[in-house]
Amino acid sequence: MNLRLLQRRARLSWGLAGLLVTACGPADEAARPAETVPGSTLPANFPPPVYVLDQNPPDRAAFELGRQLFYDPRLSRDGSVSCGSCHQQFAAFAHADHPVSHGVASRLGTRNAPALQNLRWSRSLLWDGGVANLEVFPLAPLTNPVEMDETLDRVLAKLNADAAYPRRFAQVYGAGPITSQQLLRALAQFTASLTSANSRYDRHARGEASGPWSTAEQRGLTVFRASCAGCHATDLFTDESFRNNGLDATFAADSGRAHITGAARDRGKFKVPSLRNVARTAPYMHDGRFTTLPQVLAHYDHGVVASPTLDPLLRQPDGRRGLPLTAPQQADLLAFLQTLTDESFLSNPQLAAPR
Amino acid sequence: MKLLSTALLLSGLAVASCSFSSCQDKNNTDDPTPEVGEMDLEFDHVVGSQALVLDAATYTNAAGNPFTVSLFNYYVSNIKLTKADGTEWAEPESYHLVKENEAATQKVTLKQIPAGTYTKLTFTIGVDSARNVAGAQTGALDPSHGMFWTWNTGYIFTKLEGRSAQASGNGGLTFHVGGFRAPNNTIRTVSPALPNGTPLYIRADHAPEVHLKVNVLGMFNGPTAASNIDFRTLSNTMGGAQSVKVANNYAAGMFRIDHVHTN
Repeated sequence: MNLRLLQRRARLSWGLAGLLVTACGPADEAARPAETVPGSTLPANFPPPVYVLDQNPPDRAAFELGRQLFYDPRLSRDGSVSCGSCHQQFAAFAHADHPVSHGVASRLGTRNAPALQNLRWSRSLLWDGGVANLEVFPLAPLTNPVEMDETLDRVLAKLNADAAYPRRFAQVYGAGPITSQQLLRALAQFTASLTSANSRYDRHARGEASGPWSTAEQRGLTVFRASCAGCHATDLFTDESFRNNGLDATFAADSGRAHITGAARDRGKFKVPSLRNVARTAPYMHDGRFTTLPQVLAHYDHGVVASPTLDPLLRQPDGRRGLPLTAPQQADLLAFLQTLTDESFLSNPQLAAPR
Repeated sequence: MKLLSTALLLSGLAVASCSFSSCQDKNNTDDPTPEVGEMDLEFDHVVGSQALVLDAATYTNAAGNPFTVSLFNYYVSNIKLTKADGTEWAEPESYHLVKENEAATQKVTLKQIPAGTYTKLTFTIGVDSARNVAGAQTGALDPSHGMFWTWNTGYIFTKLEGRSAQASGNGGLTFHVGGFRAPNNTIRTVSPALPNGTPLYIRADHAPEVHLKVNVLGMFNGPTAASNIDFRTLSNTMGGAQSVKVANNYAAGMFRIDHVHTN
């Protein structure tokens, strides 16, 4: 028996041990197969995940708890805003029509609420990559004064005083007061479940039935690979890097990655967003300045602004800035980008607010 | 094959049940139980030669700035004891948050230390980089202690707040020192000298109490005049290059072993 097989067997026994531990709660919860939790199957065309399944194994009861919490406005200071307020499922969990979102007391932030999808594969989170682990991600919006303006202690106090939450947490994590780790792991059950991998593009990439693939879409894919995939790489459509894509000459309003590193070389760099469901995640860019995809393509064609940290991929050998795209190329790209829309993700009832 | 997988399953369960009931070394039934002992670390907070009293006493740093302290917390982690022959004992899951306003946190009891004569005490001021990014933690590392940056993942290793009339802005002092990535890594590991070089004797009936003086001035008064912090130019840091200056200062001498009770 080789080592890998032995490791798999060992892992299996661990997994069973985990099941037995969850079986401290009602037996019917533990008996359901884990595959019923959204996102618990890793897509064949994706690279290995960062937040591995073993770290917080998908569990039906824990997932449902995370889902309840995600949509619960009591997580905010005045009970007015939930995670789902600014992360709407139909917009791939971005905030439709909002360049920036309004938090408690209608306070406005400075950044466009990013789509929440395929977070299991993210090495860092937020536009500036400030958050390094999916489990602690919710602490950022929870405590930001312009978002939910709440403290972890007060959230735990509210949950512990609730009529239903203590019993539901106890079913998953055992008896005792709800802890921050339980809260964060339950939320991570939901955020890690947000896997979008069933667009027409995905089915095409996996050699599955994907419906007719038009010549415009095919030409668009060719343009995409030549001009866009340097940053929007792999089937996640992001290489997770931080880049200055030429939106401004200075970045007085938001220094981006430099806010985290303090390094001048990171000024104006923001995380490359995934293009999955991009037709539904408007408005675009870290500050939501563009409302349509043609505006975005126009920016890359002729709107790129010079600055010391401008990405080298946006400097052409002839000295021009941007990515030259003819009108037909832009039309083909728009056709291709539509194939990244994953209706089954955007309308999955299991990811919607619980009734 | 079936036998092997059953054995693996059972061993997996044994490990799982052990970790959940926190049993220790119960499997070593063949060996006689090795002699173990305990040791206390007690952290006594001072400012120079004065006791630290929050919001009351006024102190003065080497740059001549008077100041008061309203909050003083720090992490001590990865505590190790070393014998003269280099043998090392490391406290398992060694993360402690010491707070001036919570007396119980100022005493750390190390348990299950193999009996022996130890010549060096080592610990980290702060939290190792792995735990900074390891996700939701419990105990001393629970983010609800207010020692975790939510917008820039990582622990605040040392947190001092207070006031000084010479501080810029509104007169507030905010020294939140942390950060674990180059070039602004503020993780510092120290080995304060044992008084007179007297080693720590740990036996089943012999539990030393190590009393450390933790001098708040160690954050602001550096080993050289050039490294002194002057509140007129630095009164607020939350990670980054300025935090490195403070970390370098406190690594050089904030922790001193004052005396050891060898009962």
